[in-house]
Amino acid sequence: MSTPLTTASPPAPAEPAGPGRSAPRLRTAGRKHSAGRPKRSVLLTVLATLVVVYTVVPLVWLLINATKTQAGLADSNGLWFAHDFALWDNIRDTFTYDDGVFTRWLLNTLMYVVLGAGGATLLAVLGGYALAKFDFPGKKGIFAVVIGAVAVPGTALAVPTFLMFSKMGLTDTPWAVIIPSLVSPFGLYLMWVFATEAIPTELLEAARIDGAGEARTFFTVALPLLSPGIVTVLLFTTVATWNNYFLPLIMLKNSDWYPLTLGLSAWNSQAETIGGDVIFNLVITGSLLTILPLIAAFLLLQKYWQSGLAAGSVKE
Amino acid sequence: MRRKTGRLLRGMALLSTLALGATACGSSDDSSDTKAVSASDVQAALKKGGSVTVWSWEPTLKTVAADFEKKYPKVKINLVSERSGDKHYTALSNAISAGKGVPDVAQVEYFALGQYSLTKGLTNLAPYGADKLASKYTPGPWNAVSDGDKVYGLPMDSGPMALFYNKKVFDKYKIAVPTTWDEYVDAARKLHKADPKVYIANDAGDAGFTTSMLWQAGSRPYKVDGTKVKIDFADAGAKKYTDTWQKLLDEKLVSPINGWTDDWYKGLGDGTIATLASGAWMPANFASGVPGAKGDWRAAPMPAWTKGDKASAENGGSSLTVPALAENKELAYAFVEYANAGDGVQTRVKQGAFPATTAELKSTEFQNTKFDYFGGQEANKIFAESAANVASDWSYLPFQQYANSIFNDTVGKAYVSGTKLADGLKTWQEASVKYGEEQGFTIEK
Repeated sequence: MSTPLTTASPPAPAEPAGPGRSAPRLRTAGRKHSAGRPKRSVLLTVLATLVVVYTVVPLVWLLINATKTQAGLADSNGLWFAHDFALWDNIRDTFTYDDGVFTRWLLNTLMYVVLGAGGATLLAVLGGYALAKFDFPGKKGIFAVVIGAVAVPGTALAVPTFLMFSKMGLTDTPWAVIIPSLVSPFGLYLMWVFATEAIPTELLEAARIDGAGEARTFFTVALPLLSPGIVTVLLFTTVATWNNYFLPLIMLKNSDWYPLTLGLSAWNSQAETIGGDVIFNLVITGSLLTILPLIAAFLLLQKYWQSGLAAGSVKE
Repeated sequence: MRRKTGRLLRGMALLSTLALGATACGSSDDSSDTKAVSASDVQAALKKGGSVTVWSWEPTLKTVAADFEKKYPKVKINLVSERSGDKHYTALSNAISAGKGVPDVAQVEYFALGQYSLTKGLTNLAPYGADKLASKYTPGPWNAVSDGDKVYGLPMDSGPMALFYNKKVFDKYKIAVPTTWDEYVDAARKLHKADPKVYIANDAGDAGFTTSMLWQAGSRPYKVDGTKVKIDFADAGAKKYTDTWQKLLDEKLVSPINGWTDDWYKGLGDGTIATLASGAWMPANFASGVPGAKGDWRAAPMPAWTKGDKASAENGGSSLTVPALAENKELAYAFVEYANAGDGVQTRVKQGAFPATTAELKSTEFQNTKFDYFGGQEANKIFAESAANVASDWSYLPFQQYANSIFNDTVGKAYVSGTKLADGLKTWQEASVKYGEEQGFTIEK
């Protein structure tokens, strides 16, 4: 049973390629170029540079402007530092402004991510595995529903969901954000495809012949093989939940339950309010602090984010 | 990006308001209007206690709520804040149409009041004693909250207009502060010629500003009588406004920056936007949004359409209302009255809010307040005079929120293409008429 794992060959470019698979392939391509062949495409380099600039400039802007005071923001160039360096003051003020509500929003966001994205991943893994490896009536119907659900944008469902949750008396509670986050059609589809590829059915049959129950087979055989896919889905759902704006916007009224996205937007709109305190400096610093955990999550999870270890390892 | 989100949200607000119109009309049975309520009911409710949920973004209400709780220890004020404008109305309309989670007190701006009062979304506060408060307020705001013998809210603040100008910039180029709109256009030309980076004002097409300017120019495009509505931008006042403002647009003398953005605050700070015709609430935003330009700015009366004319208009301003579905109306009214007619007014004025009550406007303490930001100027004297000169016969549409949401697709074209302002207003009128008819209003031709 453990033989196929130890003799795992390098990842084969099996179809269909999930986002999880493209990363290592790109890396090998890069190595090949720098090692031997000096043939470079000018067009590609220019395009790549443009893309890099396009992605990096907003981050640089954010970093630079997080060091300015509100007065500095109003009278200095956007892409260079102002005369005063107020990053530490801004960070301190971000956490202390309005009785430290930023910390509360941060904890709310973490809660939504742990329960919502974590739960969505769990459900996607269980469902994807079941759909990939078990046969039961109605499977085709489920396929159609899942594919259909991938195509419907969450925004379109927000208002009906609001009315439904309102009837149940769940609006303005954290549940109104957590429960809809638990459903990730795309995650389910991804796990389904991934499980089909990554877990050789022969392996499951071998486990069953060895006398393992379905639960044990799932946890000891399937789960380790699925881990790259799980990390991928976890990253997707985490990013989606972390950045979720529209759903909490219509579900929540009480700012005690705001996630960071909504909280920062509320701070930003203070500038559009008669008599409101204009705190663009804290909005910018808060935004910077908000993306840091996401960057950390990407860097930490990256090493688990590899191609399926056993994909194509068994001769069929 | 922000503008797109705004448009999306406006769309949402609109959809939900339609839904609100459909459900609220069907379900609410005028019981609130006919039930006899007396001041003693309000007192009894205060003794009994309870909690009041208030949806408002007005920052000074925090202190008011704390004071109120101190005075009536059995009452708990649950202040839900931090959202303004579209998002606030989306949430309010959603809650009303769902019939759940409706606040006891909601802040509603004057321009949006018609929408809620007409769909019976608001409680008539006259039986609670609000009808006896008319004399406390300046005519503009009172006219906005009342409709015949019905009172849909108490005015919280007002926005009599004034011209804020950057004295440093005007002094630098030795230009006199304009007292008429013709002088204003001249000043715009001189300023822009002296320094091409300097504009007399920013205007990227703003419905609130345009309606206020029409108001000051004597135009009365909207006439509302229940569900009978007349929309007509062809009067002399509208012509005065479009003729003058068209010059500024044609000669590219106004900066195409959207108000309330970071760019705007930046422009006010670095002297590239030289004047701002806005409501008297603006000083608080100057102080917190443009701290670097302290001492540069001053307030002046609005330029007149004909020399010596003192007519003014309102820009912005909002009321506190009690939604029809509010659970605790007596307590809600007690809080609204405390905040907007009682001790709360003083508290709020001290924190920089601009009052709608005549007593505060006339008090010497208020009039003699020196604004550090305006170099020690006693700006309230200008604002109070403006408040007294606001014509009270202005009315907004019962669907002004919708009308404002299509402003940029109609009048706004004058700002981005060769369309003339007057033609833009005509298109706006047609689109508003069409929408009004679809909504079942009788449109007078």
